Amino acid sequence: MRKYFGRKLVIYLLTFFLAVTIDWLIPRFMPGDPVANMLARVSVNSTAASVMQEYYTHLFGLDLPLWQQYLNFWANLLRGDLGISAYLFPKPVTQVLMNAIPYDVALLLPAILLSWLAGNNFGAVAARSKWLDNTVSPIGYILTATPYMWLGILLAWFFGIILDVFPIAGAYSFSLSPTLSWKFIGDVLLHWFLPFFSLFMVQFGGWAIGMRNMIIYELEADYSHYLEALGAPRSLIRRYAFNNAVLPQLSGLALQLGVIVAGALVTEVVFSYPGIGYLLLAAIQNQDYFLIQGCFLFIIIGVLLANFVIDIVYVLVDPRTRRGMTGEAA
Amino acid sequence: MLQVENLTVYYQTLKGQVRALENASFTLADGEIMGLAGESGCGKTTLGHSLIHLSPPMTHIGGRVLLNGQELPLTDMQKMDAYRFNEISIIPQYAMNALNPIRKIGPMTEELLRAKKADVRTVMAALKDRLEMVKLPQEVLNLYPIELSGGMKQRMVMVLSTLLDPELLIADEITSALDVASQKAVAEMLVEFRNQHCCNSVIFITHDISILYQIADSILIMYAGQLAEKGSTETIIRNPRHPYTRMLISALPEIGVRYSEKRLTGIPGKTPLLLHPPQGCRFRERCPLAFEKCAEVPPFVEIEPGHSVACWKEGSADA
Repeated sequence: MRKYFGRKLVIYLLTFFLAVTIDWLIPRFMPGDPVANMLARVSVNSTAASVMQEYYTHLFGLDLPLWQQYLNFWANLLRGDLGISAYLFPKPVTQVLMNAIPYDVALLLPAILLSWLAGNNFGAVAARSKWLDNTVSPIGYILTATPYMWLGILLAWFFGIILDVFPIAGAYSFSLSPTLSWKFIGDVLLHWFLPFFSLFMVQFGGWAIGMRNMIIYELEADYSHYLEALGAPRSLIRRYAFNNAVLPQLSGLALQLGVIVAGALVTEVVFSYPGIGYLLLAAIQNQDYFLIQGCFLFIIIGVLLANFVIDIVYVLVDPRTRRGMTGEAA
Repeated sequence: MLQVENLTVYYQTLKGQVRALENASFTLADGEIMGLAGESGCGKTTLGHSLIHLSPPMTHIGGRVLLNGQELPLTDMQKMDAYRFNEISIIPQYAMNALNPIRKIGPMTEELLRAKKADVRTVMAALKDRLEMVKLPQEVLNLYPIELSGGMKQRMVMVLSTLLDPELLIADEITSALDVASQKAVAEMLVEFRNQHCCNSVIFITHDISILYQIADSILIMYAGQLAEKGSTETIIRNPRHPYTRMLISALPEIGVRYSEKRLTGIPGKTPLLLHPPQGCRFRERCPLAFEKCAEVPPFVEIEPGHSVACWKEGSADA
């Protein structure tokens, strides 16, 4: 058991190292540099500009050789310092991220978990009802094939413009300032709903279809036939089938997490929702190396953590992985 | 006592009906172990399954089955559930995969018993003795199916299927996937189960006649969906009357005969497809004794007490 998790931990650390290195590299492959981009927004004469250029380049440590920048980056990262945002100068990146993360967690966590729960249960029900199967499965296929932003735009158009029941931009109304009042919380929920719903629906379709197919497969498995021959009630057979079918869905959840984060990005852009995704787009447009790194770092940590949790859950629910572990240890 | 009368079961397919079992009539006495043998595709498993779980694509065409004088509601899935496991049970062909892979065997057994509204405590106590009978340690109840070897799983399913002391046990090819030593052990355990009244009568489906010689009281030979011959084991082995049985028996190797000198004979030709089976006796094409009368279906008649044959040659010889 310890050996298994020890090995997993090494793999995760290695993945983290590689991912963060790529995260550091990618913004630096972009043409242009953040300082020039910053200065382009202010109009000063050319001598002042060259002085400012020098000042900021030194401030951001961009005048150092690349290898040294890379080492400094790791040294600062381990101290919890992600640098200063060029786009939102002089705010530290950690502070910018801290303001955005609550919105992301509030949006992603319910969307991921609820769609997984609802999709699986719904798919299981659809698998045993011909009527549901014929009507809802095609809808599931359409939903899961829908791009996140397209559904987001459709929802914004229908509920925001035509019906005018939901706001279509921001996390709360511009006329309000964040306070702990019912009015504000209600307003936040109202703004939260459409982005959440668009993520939820696309995910829901995928889970429902996966579960439907898995259940049909499991109901044809030998152990199901054996229970049928012994006259076991349908409820028991279905419960066993569900328990077996949910296992691949769990690993599917781990795989989907990365996709969902990307999906959240476009959804947040569509709804101008101030989460990491929205921030990331702004950071890229402004060539803000440090903010891009910070956003990606958050995504990397999120995906790795979620995968690690699912690894543990899998060990708890599937005896076959446990056997694999003892096999490795022996 | 089991009575099967004119049982006919077809498979419904897109191409039409596959006549897998036609006019099967036989009786099985209390405590009798009946071997059911024949080539693959002859309807052995169809017969076995139609007695316990007659589900689509199997279609009940006609005939009835009586267990201790009571007619079984073969086609009524719900009513039949009362008989399944309690009165009629099966050790399936796929016994190695018959257990839910993610549930420990003990809890799974308890859940099944509770779902069948059996007296869980008494049966679980009896389970301990049964495990001893098949030489499985008590610890298996705390294991997952994957932690058992194939042979152990086979024996576990054997114990599980007979937990409620069924009147009729259908053992479907339970020795087919085992090595010769385990085959004998499993077959002997089955006889022991019968002797200890863990089950009453047994239908032992196999294509291995030599194992039937060791354990069966009687043998029923099937050919292409029809019954060919039924008699006591001695009769079938020593004095078979149906030409198919004779050829089948003569195809078995005998101790003391060197087959480098005398080639083992098989049965020439192959079994007909049952989608459009030949008219009359289905063995006609391959039968050396066939004559004009074989264009009609031969009746399955008793030519001496406990010995029935479906062949015009035999019927007419005695008539």
